[in-house]
Amino acid sequence: MNLSFITEVTLGGLLAGVMYSLVALGFVLIYKASGVFNYAQGSMVLFAALSFVGVLELDVPIWLALLLTVAIMIALAYVVERLVLRPLVNQAQITLFMATIGISFFLDGFGQEVWGSDVHALNIGIPQNPIFLGSILINQFDLIAAVVAGSLVAALALFFQYTRVGRALRAVADDHQAAMSVGIPLKSIWVVVWSAAGIVALVAGIMWGSKLGVQFSVALVALKALPVLILGGFTSIPGAIIGGLIIGAGEKLSEVFLGPMLGGGIEAWFAYMLAMLVLLVRPQGLFGERIIERV
Amino acid sequence: MLYREVGQFKTSYAADQAIFPIRQDRIGSIVVLLVAFAVIPLAANEYWLRTLLTPFLIYALAAIGLNLLTGYAGQVSLGTGAFMGVGAYAAYNISIWLPSLNIIVVLMLAGLVAAGVGILFGLPSLRIKGFYLAVATLAAQFFLSWAFIRVPWVTHYSANGIVTFPPLVLFGVPITTPAGRYLFTLSIVAVLALIAKNLVRGNAGRSWMAIRDMDIAAEIIGIRPLRTKLLAFAVSSFYCGIAGALVAYVFLVSVEPAAFDLDRSFQILFMIIIGGLGSILGCFLGAAFITLLPIFLNRVPTSLGLPLSTATISHIEFMTFGALIVFFLIVEPHGLARLWQIAKEKLRLWPFPH
Repeated sequence: MNLSFITEVTLGGLLAGVMYSLVALGFVLIYKASGVFNYAQGSMVLFAALSFVGVLELDVPIWLALLLTVAIMIALAYVVERLVLRPLVNQAQITLFMATIGISFFLDGFGQEVWGSDVHALNIGIPQNPIFLGSILINQFDLIAAVVAGSLVAALALFFQYTRVGRALRAVADDHQAAMSVGIPLKSIWVVVWSAAGIVALVAGIMWGSKLGVQFSVALVALKALPVLILGGFTSIPGAIIGGLIIGAGEKLSEVFLGPMLGGGIEAWFAYMLAMLVLLVRPQGLFGERIIERV
Repeated sequence: MLYREVGQFKTSYAADQAIFPIRQDRIGSIVVLLVAFAVIPLAANEYWLRTLLTPFLIYALAAIGLNLLTGYAGQVSLGTGAFMGVGAYAAYNISIWLPSLNIIVVLMLAGLVAAGVGILFGLPSLRIKGFYLAVATLAAQFFLSWAFIRVPWVTHYSANGIVTFPPLVLFGVPITTPAGRYLFTLSIVAVLALIAKNLVRGNAGRSWMAIRDMDIAAEIIGIRPLRTKLLAFAVSSFYCGIAGALVAYVFLVSVEPAAFDLDRSFQILFMIIIGGLGSILGCFLGAAFITLLPIFLNRVPTSLGLPLSTATISHIEFMTFGALIVFFLIVEPHGLARLWQIAKEKLRLWPFPH
């Protein structure tokens, strides 16, 4: 057990964690702006990836495929807002959560029906071979994924901070009623948020798709993103990233050091247990907004 | 006209507090039980009994368990499948150590083990609420699923977690026919459903509902959240554990861990959403709906002469499931049970609405 091995495992874990953060970001976006815990985010990742691959296979250039998929995701956001969110406005949060479980099932079936359920390979030219940084072996792909995630977060931060729509989104997140009374159109804001989450899902889908191949198991990545989410807090974009890093590193380190003692395969639940322990100390996650309750 | 309680006077407190205060309801439930106990075993064929009715009853029992926790006590759980698994594997271990033990005792003990595990994973609910709790119960699901495969003594050192249950013997009489298994399941489910129905009318159920509606307010009027929430977790897991043991003993016989995965949890959750949160009747309606829907979807295209591939059918099943859930939430957030209640209200006036 030398130091460089530990560093290598930790670094690999951190980079893998960034991939989880990519998925978790989509959850945070929607939760922040509309208070909906969107269980369908994983299915949106799968749907986006399937659509992207499906369009690519029609022999269109990559930039056009990207644009078309973005258009599909925006259309999806519009449909979801119109058919699901608008009729359920003012319902309990848990009702909306269950509705998104319904959306997730629908999308899983729909995406696979339209684009086929075979495994599609997705190669957009990201090198997969590992390189040496000093004495540490790093997968180039993970490094690029980290860069992508970093720029995505930066872009989102700029978008939220400096654009008109971003300011409106933050206003809605703070207080629906107040935002409506100063004339922010709530309905179009929801479409914007779901579109943004759709585009984040597309990025996550492309990254995960080129890592695993585009197949049903991509939707299950969302289950890995959930502990990241509760660890970082539902309402915090930096939380999603830092949560991802902690979960990624913790998962890899525990698999290497604890795994052999417990019989292996503890990756399946370690992240959840870690997140739950954090919740026992901080019920709102590391960076979440403090939950204030009034009777 | 038929369903009207005019002239049925309640002359004692006991009559006022009866489970079914209206005579028509009493007669109705007796008729349903009679049909279920006497007519169905004779009328239904083996296929119906084995693959439809028995699993329907077992899943209805699991749905009652989850409904007590989610519908009545308001604690969303995504770990139902795992708690069913605990019941199943506990029953297996008990039947190995004590092979001569009565099957009913085995089921009760398995339920108790599941209740213990339920309390353990219910502990975070004291501090975590809402979605955070839903995700925390996923921890139970994944941890227990892992334990079924990786912890050797759980499956009695079976290589891949697959265990085969001993034959079903009740008081020395082996129960082998589908009708016998159906009746065995029905008796247990009927008794437990009756207990649940009474439980939610009493002190326990009322404190659960108070916690569900607003936990701080409930605490202020003197309901102890610790006891109430943990009791909900314990009773819920007890029901789920017995359901899991029944799945193993009566329905599957040879059990693999995949029978109790996350999909099972979601399946039961859908049953209570579609059937109706906070309704015992709803559990049965929802379970019937979810068990019958796939069979219906499988048969319709072939009977219409549309040759669809199995992949397409399974995708359409996914889509229908999802769309139906959204549809039900929009049209009637209280599920099928609420529709039945509305129908009863209408029947009271029918055919003279004024």
